[in-house]
Amino acid sequence: MSVREADKRVLRTPFYSRASELCQTNLWSPWKAYTTVDCYSYVEEEYFAIRNATGVFDLTPMIKYRISGPDGLAYLDKLMTRKMSKLTPGRVMYSAWCNDLGHVLDDGTVFHLEENLWRLCSAERHMDWLQATALGFDVEIEDETDDVVGLAVQGPTSCQTLKAMNLSCVENLKPFQHMSFDFEGTKLMVSRTGFTGDLGYELWVPSEYAEKLWDTLFEAGKAFGILPIGSHALDIVRIEAGFIQAEVDFVPALNVVRAGRGRSPFELGLDWLVHFDKPVFNGRRALLKEKEEGSRYRFVRLDIEGNKPASDSFIYNSKKDIVGHITSATWSPSAKKNIALGSVEMPWGRLGDELYAEIYYNRELKWNRLMARCHVVEGAFFDPPRRRETPPLDY
Amino acid sequence: MSNLYDTIIIGAGHNGLVCANYLAKSGRKVLVLEANEGVGGAAITREFAPEYSVSACAHLLHLLNPKIVSDLALNSHGLKMAAKGLTTLSLSTDGEHLTLDRDSVSGKALLQSDKKVYRDFQNKMRRFARILRKTFMTRPPRLVHKNRKDLMTLASLGLSVRLMGRDDMRELLRIGAINIYDVLQEDFQNEHLKAALGFDAVLGSNLGPRSPNSVLSYLYRLSGQVGENDSAVSQPAGGMGSVTEALKKSAEAAGVEIRTGVAVSRILLDVDKVVGVETSTGENLKSAEVVSNADPKTTFFKLVGARNLETGFSRRVDNIRMQGKAAKLHLALDALPEFTGVSSDQLGNRMIIAPSLTYLEQAFDHSKYGEFSNAPALEITIPSVHDQSLVPAGKHVLSAVVQYAPYDLRTGWESQAEVFKQIAIDKIEEYAPGIKDLISASELLTPVDIESEFKIHGGHWHHGEYTLDQFMMLRPVPGAAQYSTPLSGLFLCGAGSHPGGGVMGLAGKNASAEIINGGKN
Repeated sequence: MSVREADKRVLRTPFYSRASELCQTNLWSPWKAYTTVDCYSYVEEEYFAIRNATGVFDLTPMIKYRISGPDGLAYLDKLMTRKMSKLTPGRVMYSAWCNDLGHVLDDGTVFHLEENLWRLCSAERHMDWLQATALGFDVEIEDETDDVVGLAVQGPTSCQTLKAMNLSCVENLKPFQHMSFDFEGTKLMVSRTGFTGDLGYELWVPSEYAEKLWDTLFEAGKAFGILPIGSHALDIVRIEAGFIQAEVDFVPALNVVRAGRGRSPFELGLDWLVHFDKPVFNGRRALLKEKEEGSRYRFVRLDIEGNKPASDSFIYNSKKDIVGHITSATWSPSAKKNIALGSVEMPWGRLGDELYAEIYYNRELKWNRLMARCHVVEGAFFDPPRRRETPPLDY
Repeated sequence: MSNLYDTIIIGAGHNGLVCANYLAKSGRKVLVLEANEGVGGAAITREFAPEYSVSACAHLLHLLNPKIVSDLALNSHGLKMAAKGLTTLSLSTDGEHLTLDRDSVSGKALLQSDKKVYRDFQNKMRRFARILRKTFMTRPPRLVHKNRKDLMTLASLGLSVRLMGRDDMRELLRIGAINIYDVLQEDFQNEHLKAALGFDAVLGSNLGPRSPNSVLSYLYRLSGQVGENDSAVSQPAGGMGSVTEALKKSAEAAGVEIRTGVAVSRILLDVDKVVGVETSTGENLKSAEVVSNADPKTTFFKLVGARNLETGFSRRVDNIRMQGKAAKLHLALDALPEFTGVSSDQLGNRMIIAPSLTYLEQAFDHSKYGEFSNAPALEITIPSVHDQSLVPAGKHVLSAVVQYAPYDLRTGWESQAEVFKQIAIDKIEEYAPGIKDLISASELLTPVDIESEFKIHGGHWHHGEYTLDQFMMLRPVPGAAQYSTPLSGLFLCGAGSHPGGGVMGLAGKNASAEIINGGKN
């Protein structure tokens, strides 16, 4: 399906005035309805700000839904594959949600803001699905993407930066908790969440407070090496953390055209998000069947020999049959490894399986081909203890 | 604790009773629960005025499956016809009515060519209806599973289409999804005759003659007049209730237990597995199989609850089109009325008021905007002509379907039902001057009344429009079109399932076969 060029026009986020001033490259890309920075100065510099100091990322285009009403929790339990009953006010939960085929529509986070009020942050727009799921529940769903802005503040000195903003007791926030602070006459919500696999927070305010928040944050972060980061640097850290991304590592089920292109949570390494000991939820029947009969694919994290990024490579087994492909790949500066995420056909992708990535790379218009040995690894490529420390140490 | 019943059937409509009977014959212990005081669902005879009884919803029998009649020995359980092979009279205010039979049509204004065209048209449409009917006796095939039985059904359907020959095959493909108005314009000259045929294509539906799918609904009606069903339109002795009474007796003889006046308030579930039902008095009845004779929306939203269904499925159920547009009129008459140009021995036939396709379309137009027709179309019967058991001696009862009366009338029905009733009576008076003076009692059931009396969502007596998007493997929705549902142990057996509405019984029979097979093969 083609999209009229005029329909691709993008908006500026409420942080545009600040971001454009700092963006030395002037490299921007569309993300949902907005234009966002790819890279402010050097990808490496931004990457190391996240891993060694504080990186700030504009989350405005992240899709946000406000879910309210007395049946909210039961509603979320039906929507999500994960058991949501532990989601109490002040907590955040990561989950995936599926269609009736048990294929993932998206993954995202749910914030329990207060009694009978939740926020769902997702990569894709889902209003139609969310409304259809609301049948039989007393809930209301509103899209608040444009009303609420967010800044991800990530890295070892992020907590110190927030403390310098006089957010008292922010250091006591445990992972997947949130709390609110008075800020310039509004409410600033801080959650200990992120997409970097590192110590980090996300700050949320009504969009009219965007510039004020940016200014206050960067003033406070001066002594802690604060830098704005673009999406390229973020992509490296999220692959290091082993996080999947919609439209990159899987096709959101509602966008799937060809039969079978969807992926179940089991096929995306999200088994831990599927709970059958709860009432009917979307995908339940199909997922139970898959659990019994086996999945079609396995999600793998790969450590690849050599240093050539394996983007889009085919994955082969030892008999040289194609058994899968790479969905995300990067050189990991922290792990000092050539890493990748991928999808392989069952039964391949077990620990110890002999797999190869077919890598093509170009040296001054000369193409070279490499069959690089891949090692399946479990867990994140980079997982510092500070990610979970509460209160975090000062770095 | 073991269950007292193997199977509980919700609703003692004709399909529920048929299904119960076959299931009992398979060795199951079957309980049928009926909310109303008697069995029958929308196929009942009831008193609407002191000593005047009438078939309260469905009033003519034209689809009842002969295999069911013989399998269940309905004739020895009291089923008798008061009249068979009824002719249709399309009335005219000037008395120049048309008489439509299976193969011939007569009327003063008709040319010889009209009569030939009629015969050819009927033959052609019956050939197509025969193909349609082939699919009725078995579950609709699933398209995506490579199942032997489904492939056989598809192959047999494909073969019978192929065997029609090139011309018929082309013609069926050409007209299958278009509208009856366009098709009738091609062959017929006489407006009155066109309307008489077009009327049968839209009767009981949310379609006008120019609506797509009206050819399909015409073929569905004709499917009752092909094969062993040749007798076509009949009137059961004692009204429609005698059909379901016979079904009840037959079911009880097979060991089925039937409790009337017991409404099911919800279907009990263990997550997504059926464990029984709860009645409105709070009684819990356990069983591993529950079969719903209720329409799909009532079944899934009222009895199961949307919360217990996955979103894709509940959205499909929510989108089922089932808005009733037909009202039912009952008149108690002191004497046999006189219809202009109709002799008294013709009054026992089926009479329709549909002077032209434009008249029908205009009647339909109102209903699109939440209004009732100012000049409605009617299907009229005077069952007392053949069956005096319905009335006091020498008196008569008139039963009519009146279209269009939309369920969602913009002004609401409360203050308007009486107005529409008068419009319908006035319309009959135009064709039967003096009938008004004979009326001693009257009753109009709007779709809202039909919904509450017969517990049919939207008051749509076919439990859902009969259109290509709600047809065969799409009826009522994919995921429940083979009588089983996404909830294990829950089955559908009503008119909302394949083949569809009308007092036919095949949905109940096919459902029982699927249940006995355990949803396998």
